[in-house]
Amino acid sequence: MSDVVEKTLSALPSLLSLDSQAGAGKLSPSSKLGNLIKGITELTSKHEEEKLIKKELESIKEQVASPNTTMRQMKEIMVRAIYCEMLGYQASFSYIHAIKLAQQGSVLEKRVGYLAVSLFLNETDEFLLLLVNTVLKDLQSTNLIEVCMALTVVSQMFPKDMIPAILPVVEEKLTHPKEIIRRKAVLALYKFYLIAPNQVQHIHSKFRKALCDKDPGVMTASLHIYLQLIKENPESYKDLTGSMVTILRQVVGGKLPLDFNYHSVPAPWLQIQLLRILAYLGKEDQGTSEMMYDVLEESLRRAEMNHNITYAILFECVKTIYTVHPKSQLLEKAAECIGNFVLSPKINLKYLGLKALTYVVQQDANLALPHQMTIIECLDHSDVIIKRETLELLFRITNAQNVTVIVEKMLEFLRLTCDDYSTIDLVGKVAELTMNSVFSLGGDVMQPDIPNNFLRLLAEGVDNVEDRQLRLFAVDSYVSLLQGVTAKLPQRFLQVISWVLGEYSYLREEESDPGSVMRLLARLLDQRHTSTETRSWVLGAMTKLCSSPVSVALARDVCERYLSSLYSGSLNTVLRQKAQELMILSQDTKLRARVLPAEGRLESLEVDSSLSFLDGYVSEALAAGAAPYKSPHQRQEDLVQEKALSLEPYGLSLPVSLSSCSITDRLTDRRSPTLLSMSSGLSGNSTELSHQEGSTTLKLEGVKRVWGKDGYLAQQQSAGETPTPLVELPNPLLSPQSPPSQTQKPSSGLEPDQEKRQLASSLFVGLGSHNSVCLVRLPSTVWLFIKHCQSANQSHVFKALFKRFYINSCQSISCISGSPLKEVKGHSVSVCLHTVVMKRASVQVELAGLLSYQRPLGQPQAAQFSLSLSLKHFLRPLTVSTGDYGKMWLSFSHDLKQNLRLVTTEHQEPLTATLDALKGKLHLHVVDIIGSEGIVACRLLQGPGQGQPCLLHCRVNADSLAVWLRSPVPELPDSLLYHCQKALTET
Amino acid sequence: MIKFLLMVNKQGQTRLSKYYEQVDIEKRPSLETDVVKRCLSRKKEECSFVEYKDFRLVYRQYAALFIVVGISDTENELSIYELVHNFVEVLDKYFSRVVSSIMFNLDKVHIIIDEIIQNGHIVETNKNRILAPLLALDKMAEAH
Repeated sequence: MSDVVEKTLSALPSLLSLDSQAGAGKLSPSSKLGNLIKGITELTSKHEEEKLIKKELESIKEQVASPNTTMRQMKEIMVRAIYCEMLGYQASFSYIHAIKLAQQGSVLEKRVGYLAVSLFLNETDEFLLLLVNTVLKDLQSTNLIEVCMALTVVSQMFPKDMIPAILPVVEEKLTHPKEIIRRKAVLALYKFYLIAPNQVQHIHSKFRKALCDKDPGVMTASLHIYLQLIKENPESYKDLTGSMVTILRQVVGGKLPLDFNYHSVPAPWLQIQLLRILAYLGKEDQGTSEMMYDVLEESLRRAEMNHNITYAILFECVKTIYTVHPKSQLLEKAAECIGNFVLSPKINLKYLGLKALTYVVQQDANLALPHQMTIIECLDHSDVIIKRETLELLFRITNAQNVTVIVEKMLEFLRLTCDDYSTIDLVGKVAELTMNSVFSLGGDVMQPDIPNNFLRLLAEGVDNVEDRQLRLFAVDSYVSLLQGVTAKLPQRFLQVISWVLGEYSYLREEESDPGSVMRLLARLLDQRHTSTETRSWVLGAMTKLCSSPVSVALARDVCERYLSSLYSGSLNTVLRQKAQELMILSQDTKLRARVLPAEGRLESLEVDSSLSFLDGYVSEALAAGAAPYKSPHQRQEDLVQEKALSLEPYGLSLPVSLSSCSITDRLTDRRSPTLLSMSSGLSGNSTELSHQEGSTTLKLEGVKRVWGKDGYLAQQQSAGETPTPLVELPNPLLSPQSPPSQTQKPSSGLEPDQEKRQLASSLFVGLGSHNSVCLVRLPSTVWLFIKHCQSANQSHVFKALFKRFYINSCQSISCISGSPLKEVKGHSVSVCLHTVVMKRASVQVELAGLLSYQRPLGQPQAAQFSLSLSLKHFLRPLTVSTGDYGKMWLSFSHDLKQNLRLVTTEHQEPLTATLDALKGKLHLHVVDIIGSEGIVACRLLQGPGQGQPCLLHCRVNADSLAVWLRSPVPELPDSLLYHCQKALTET
Repeated sequence: MIKFLLMVNKQGQTRLSKYYEQVDIEKRPSLETDVVKRCLSRKKEECSFVEYKDFRLVYRQYAALFIVVGISDTENELSIYELVHNFVEVLDKYFSRVVSSIMFNLDKVHIIIDEIIQNGHIVETNKNRILAPLLALDKMAEAH
């Protein structure tokens, strides 16, 4: 709150004591109302209140009925009745008496009568007809106060049909000598315009007169009409632009009497009203807009006083500037102005700044750029309203690149919020964004967790009205989507749609014919562009929907076609199985009743993940001589051992996603042999293998993955949960943007997301090339490649088999897990995967190990190796928010300060350039850069899990960078500083 | 557009309510309880605007008294926030002379509000003009 307001507040002693108990008795002018209010205040329960008000209403009823009650008493009774109604208790018996009071009372009593009428009745109440004569009489009264109050009540409520009865009298008042009468007459006509526009069409010229009235109050009143008229039909009122501009200029210039000022600001609410009118007039109209540029600029300039009300004007002015035809110079100033809002420490202004930004980014999304940091901060603000407003802003600037993050943020917010309205609103937006993103990204690049999160959101939560509404919303929007052209919809989105429709179509009730959704789904199956994966989802949805006779018939029809000759050649077993199931289901009524009980929709099902129900089958099979089940892991080991079996394609565990990937982008033989050998080992690139063997092995493409590495993956759909994530296979070319998610992850302590980020920044770094042994650093993983031989003519000796490989543990590093040796056929490379972490932070460590191997015809051999690893191999970016950074900073005890050299480049600020250099070389995360200061964070892999953080605070100090490091690990700041120095010297 | 104006004490009891959009009498108490709960639960350092259903609330506290205004999306929150203060200044100007309190003069406070807001629009903000009709009424009542 500003100082001015603060002062005013302290100067309000009388008001501040208004609600205090102490003054109640003494101050009460009318004891009965006083007692009632006092009584209510002292009550502790709703029940007591009810009792007290019932008693009060009884007493009021008695009094109004009594012939002895005077009008003066009646006035007091009416106020009590108003009070009772305000608390929610009907006092309808007193309505007629309120009208009577307005008819018969003397001025103050009459006013209270009118007041009671306006509070008790609504505009359509027939009681109002009883008032028409009284109003007419008062309008014609010689007592100005009576005319005034009649006009007041008319402009609040009046029976539409009776307008003609009083219209001439009201019109007449437009020329009344007293400004207050003219003003109220204009407001009454405004009311007529609102409820019956046709009735006042003939007096538009009189409105113009009112606009030009010498009294500012009358002019102001007429603006309500004009705002309405111009909003509805701007074209007809363009000629008023000049007048509006002149009025605004006069107001801004302080030409109004001083009592129109509010805290020294001339008629602020009038200014706001005028700015709104100008916005409507200048919208999409260059000529008209040009007329107002000057006054808008002046408004911006004049509103410089630091008071809330000037900010309110500025906000409106910015909105107008961004609504009318653009003028770059003005836009710039307005944008600058928004900056002041957003950066303000006052929370109300920050809120308004976000709102203004939300408005203007619709015209130019780049306007958000200067405020990125503030926006990020606001996203983590403790005030939910600020957070919510920020999301609204982000919603407006969503594009293909940032949609993932923004939707994630929204979902994050949704998990925290409990406000039903905002949930529904926001989920609608998430749905829209998800759709949009799917469209704009073509669906294939989208992170699979977005649709999954979205589905989880729909499925989770108690089954209350809001959830139902939300699901229905999704169902409806998807149905309408399917009714359109579906050819362009990405497969993943169609899968989402299928699932949602399968689960929640029943919410649509019987409003539409039950088969409509089924038909839409069937249509999807018929379309050529629908992938087999999607078809399987669609069939799943149809299975769930197969309840009504119409649906059953449709399902049977679909299945028959599906299983007929047209599809029988299909290799896709899952699809066939689903169709078969649906077929059986559609033919067997009893089975249907059991599988799809009408009432059982909302119960979640127990999923027996151990598959115990198959035990009988398994033991039978074993008894009959079948081989026991082996996990892929075991199978793989077996393969390594039993070299006699030449089944290399199975040698590497198939990535979970293999089935859903398309075999298009992959390594081709175009690449140089050396690079090929590197990268194939690097990512454990199994796609490559499957490609090589593509012709001879099982076709896995398009087959829905049901059986995973560890056995059956619970199909959670039936339990009302999210479907199994569709893991995307990235381009194996391993660009930093597309990390190889199929890489085996020996250490599971890292979140996939973070891992991706690390991967993006750390992939290929440290790819040193020892002659025979090289080391590639991946997240928490050291890959060791041992090349057997370089020369081509020795290729036949490559069939070496490595027996053992291990890394010596030492003081500084430790090996926390290792994987068995793998041989990549045809590339003379064997791969072994070990995870190495740095136990104690030090500048450099030695990694030593022993490798034993055996050539096909030779003796077992052993080779020792050692590698030098630097601290930076164990550093990873630490992504934290500025807020978290601050908290962590305070809690760390080991610190170190040092001045470092600044990097200078042509294109960048020295600070940015230096931090970029550090980021590039040491994989630090730049959290924030504010002015001449930057904060940076990283973490050291020290064991399983996240690792230990180290924070850097950097400030530009003349020609050097003052760096302050803090960490909970004693040696870390010192070692890291060494590497920072080194990195900057090399740059 | 203003949807309603509430004056509430710290216990959440309504002292005055004025609606500019029709809300059934029976539904008002629960709406008010809900609205007041939202505002009272907010911390001092949080902003004075709350999203509520499809509209927004602007609230301002004066010692034990809360004034809450429900507004539509298109309204300028800060201008309403200051309108509340203007209203309070008018009340102060009027009641400091009469030495009384708003709660026992429900009718007069309503008459003042009727001058400031009509049909959900701000129609007068000039303090002298807001009070003129009421002062004239008082004068005539005295003469009686």
